Amino acid sequence: MSANLSAIFYLISGILFILALRGLSSPETSRQGNYFGIAGMTISIIVTFLSVGNFGPGFIYVLIFLLIGGAVGAFIAFRIPMTAMPELVAGFHSLVGLAAVFVAVSAFLKPEAFNLGVVGQIKLASLIEMSLGAAIGAITFSGSIIAFLKLRGIMSGSPITFKGQHYLNLLLGLTIIFLIYYLCNTQASNVFWSLVLISFIVGLLLIIPIGGADMPVVISMLNSYSGWAAAGIGFTLENTALIITGALVGSSGAILSYIMCKGMNRSFFNVILGGWGANEETSSSKDKEQKPVKNGNADDAAFLMKNASSVIIVPGYGMAVAQAQHALREMVDALKKNGVKVSYAIHPVAGRMPGHMNVLLAEANVPYDEVFELEEINNDFANCDVAYVIGANDVTNPVAKTDPQSPIYGMPVLDVEKSKSVLFVKRSLSPGYAGIDNDLFYRDNTLMLFSDAKKMTEEIVKNI
Amino acid sequence: MEIDPFIFRLSIFILSIFVGYYVVWSVTPSLHTPLMSVTNAISSVIIVGAIIAALASSNNIFEISNIFGFLAIILAAVNIFGGFLVTQRMLQMYKKKKK
Repeated sequence: MSANLSAIFYLISGILFILALRGLSSPETSRQGNYFGIAGMTISIIVTFLSVGNFGPGFIYVLIFLLIGGAVGAFIAFRIPMTAMPELVAGFHSLVGLAAVFVAVSAFLKPEAFNLGVVGQIKLASLIEMSLGAAIGAITFSGSIIAFLKLRGIMSGSPITFKGQHYLNLLLGLTIIFLIYYLCNTQASNVFWSLVLISFIVGLLLIIPIGGADMPVVISMLNSYSGWAAAGIGFTLENTALIITGALVGSSGAILSYIMCKGMNRSFFNVILGGWGANEETSSSKDKEQKPVKNGNADDAAFLMKNASSVIIVPGYGMAVAQAQHALREMVDALKKNGVKVSYAIHPVAGRMPGHMNVLLAEANVPYDEVFELEEINNDFANCDVAYVIGANDVTNPVAKTDPQSPIYGMPVLDVEKSKSVLFVKRSLSPGYAGIDNDLFYRDNTLMLFSDAKKMTEEIVKNI
Repeated sequence: MEIDPFIFRLSIFILSIFVGYYVVWSVTPSLHTPLMSVTNAISSVIIVGAIIAALASSNNIFEISNIFGFLAIILAAVNIFGGFLVTQRMLQMYKKKKK
């Protein structure tokens, strides 16, 4: 296949990928969008086979490895529980990163195969592109591994910080730039390997200081990196599909990071440079111990909600941990039978990744037109009888609106306290991730339900 | 004077960033998780490079550079199949209210 013809097919793949993302603008068109993506991928792979034109024994091996990888991927895709989506996505990011490193390594070892010159005399532009691709890929890989371990709970979610961390990262970052420069001058393979190694280390160091609840930003950021790594390789291979895709994925991840940061009212650098709450907590917890809270049980909650005319459910990460989404859906069904109007309110950073709560609710068969984003639903709390907060905490804290001293001041929060009564399902009065007390616990219209989210919801269902 | 082909690729790259910017802002927030899994799947189009590396013609297809290509194929294939299928599985779950 001629180079021009294959370039046109790669362009078509790129367009199909754009359409795949475009489809996600609404759930109705999204499934079709996914097929566009699959079509784009199929075209790219077939065109690559045809343009390489080597159908010898190597081709058979390629097919075998493709099928092995594909079988593993398909197995994971079907088996993974929806609550584990954040770690799955982090794991997948690490694979893209590592694949980018491998392709760059291969291109460095055998530049002839990619038309980049010969060993020791690789074209300068190609060398820069492949080292950028390798470096970003390596950072994506090791960073995603850490994110995966933290999300999976294998590694503690609390930030790991040490003195001089930022300076060390800065130093290593400058070293990477220096090594790329040095590599361009010498073409030495030692320099290339050092570059890859240091990038791996940077990836580790970049993610260890970031705490569990900041994971939505981290995952989005790594998503973005995996895109830039792909684009770097795309430039090396002079491949349009890869360049377009890399740019799409890179900007997609960047936008998601921005949305997540905005949902927490923090700057991107504030998140990346680590620890929130860790340095600011402790002071407020003591003087509030005395405050009385109203303690309720499932019977009270069922009575309140059954006689309400409208209920808003506020889910958070705790719902995912307790796997309470199905019980929640049963509760809502029971309420609807009693003529109660129920809707769901989702904060942008609820959960551990963008859109996490929406997927869990969709899994429990909650229709997506009952689920609303913060801006859409926030005014409705004032007219609602009961707000049922399940597994969310900081995102409902009214302190964010009233106390300029609070570390979460200015963060957009759900106006839960405006509803006539609030039912707050929580294991204990312990503060949330931000390390600050939730004012909502002590309000007159709040009834605390101290229990596991799933157990409490199931008991409420029995009592309705 | 002739324009370096690199400039054309750079143009494609920059324009794609803009396309990505506008397309992604139009994605509904409730589909942000599928957005991440599908971007993951499509970024595995890096398999193109892996295939070229693996099939680089030589007498011995198990040279070190080919092996890196094969490894990259496995990784990218996990991602392609896993990414698209898990996206599909998620999107199947989004249903409208039954009336």
